[in-house]
Amino acid sequence: MQLLFLLIEIILKSVVVFGCLMMTVAYLTLIERKVLGHIQVRCGPNRCGPFGLLQPMADGIKAFFKEDLVPGSSDKVVFVIAPMISIITAICLFAVIPFGNEFTIPGTSWVVKLRLADIDVGLLYIFAVASLGEYGVILGGYSSGNKYGLTGSLRAAAQMISYEVALGLSIVGVIILSQSLRLTEIVRLQSGGFWNWNVWYQPVAFVLYIICGLAEINRTPFDMPESESELACGFNIEYSSLKFALFFMAEYAHMITIGAIAVTLFWGGWQPPIPALGFIPGVVWFVIKLFVLLFFFIWQRGTFPRLRYDHIMKFGWKVLFPLTIINLLITSLVVLLK
Amino acid sequence: MIIPLLKGLGLTLTRFLSKPITIQYPEQKQPPSSRWRGIQYFEKDERGKTKCVACGLCMIVCPAQCITLETAEDEEGKRYPLTYELDASRCIFCGYCEEACPVNAIFMGKNYEWVEEDRKPFLMDTEKLLEQKKFNP
Repeated sequence: MQLLFLLIEIILKSVVVFGCLMMTVAYLTLIERKVLGHIQVRCGPNRCGPFGLLQPMADGIKAFFKEDLVPGSSDKVVFVIAPMISIITAICLFAVIPFGNEFTIPGTSWVVKLRLADIDVGLLYIFAVASLGEYGVILGGYSSGNKYGLTGSLRAAAQMISYEVALGLSIVGVIILSQSLRLTEIVRLQSGGFWNWNVWYQPVAFVLYIICGLAEINRTPFDMPESESELACGFNIEYSSLKFALFFMAEYAHMITIGAIAVTLFWGGWQPPIPALGFIPGVVWFVIKLFVLLFFFIWQRGTFPRLRYDHIMKFGWKVLFPLTIINLLITSLVVLLK
Repeated sequence: MIIPLLKGLGLTLTRFLSKPITIQYPEQKQPPSSRWRGIQYFEKDERGKTKCVACGLCMIVCPAQCITLETAEDEEGKRYPLTYELDASRCIFCGYCEEACPVNAIFMGKNYEWVEEDRKPFLMDTEKLLEQKKFNP
């Protein structure tokens, strides 16, 4: 009986998290278009339903009914698998994010923990799976049989290798501080008000993580693999219909995950900023913090122009990499001498 | 290096918080300029009929050759257009017909919205040209 309840709980939680993630992805596209529109002093989509709220549905239906074209010169199996790799890894990342505290179902003694999995190598898992996501981009561009796609995926590979290093090193400071790779443990150590959040102990690491995270998910200013002006969409140039929609969703799901990891590691996860506000559920705080970060991602997209390719490489290896090393050294020295 | 980036972020934030300057087209319209040359209309005389005396100058001056007309005389000996046809789908809205008209019968209007599913309705006769007057107070 206990096992059955456990199974039901796990399935329910998975479905709810998956549904919420997909809804957020759908509406994040709308939010992005709205915010970019208002930054450019126009309205953004506002014709489908009130305030354009049905726009994601309309986009989905449109993508669904378009012709699903597989180019003749493409590597057909890889071409079909690539978007799947992208979306699956993007969704899998959410499995270890703790998005709320535990609560007891009223009337029973059943405790529901608001996280899907609580593995002790959570952070390691996140970085392993996040790197896998790049394979979707690389294989997608490579298998299209298109020179723009190939150039895009080559850039994606080079950019990933340069920024993965700095991204990984930037969070080692947090791991040193909390002595754990378990995400729930990292969140627990940041409890008791916003002055305990890791962002105050690791401000440089936080900024570096955001920059490297943006590069990792190929967002503007670092969207080299799909630079519209010179590569005409880059790696996904040959994709249409649902396959393109999968790439698109994967990009936004990745963005949400990068934001969620940043919230968990640096902004105290689901912990309320002031202990007195603890009566509001942790999920609400998590979502608020996440959307503040997502707004920043969109905001900076509307502000900064794309960097040139060699500048990105130079920036990654000659600025970010040394900075993360220095930050790591200082953090370990302080922890050692304390 | 960082200050200009923050300045840029500040600028976009103020733009984000300012009101959009978009004109919501089908609901809100910008009035056309006073020199706007839209779809033509006929001016009426005191009897409520067209002022046109079917001199044929508009037909001659029209560079797109979209005007055809046949002349007739009524019982008082006044000339009027028996058939007047302006093909609005061929018209290039140059305004020569308005300039050429000696009796100020045809004018370029302000209306610029006209959508049909086939070409037939774009053939404007005298009645339709008189009807267009309502878009041009």
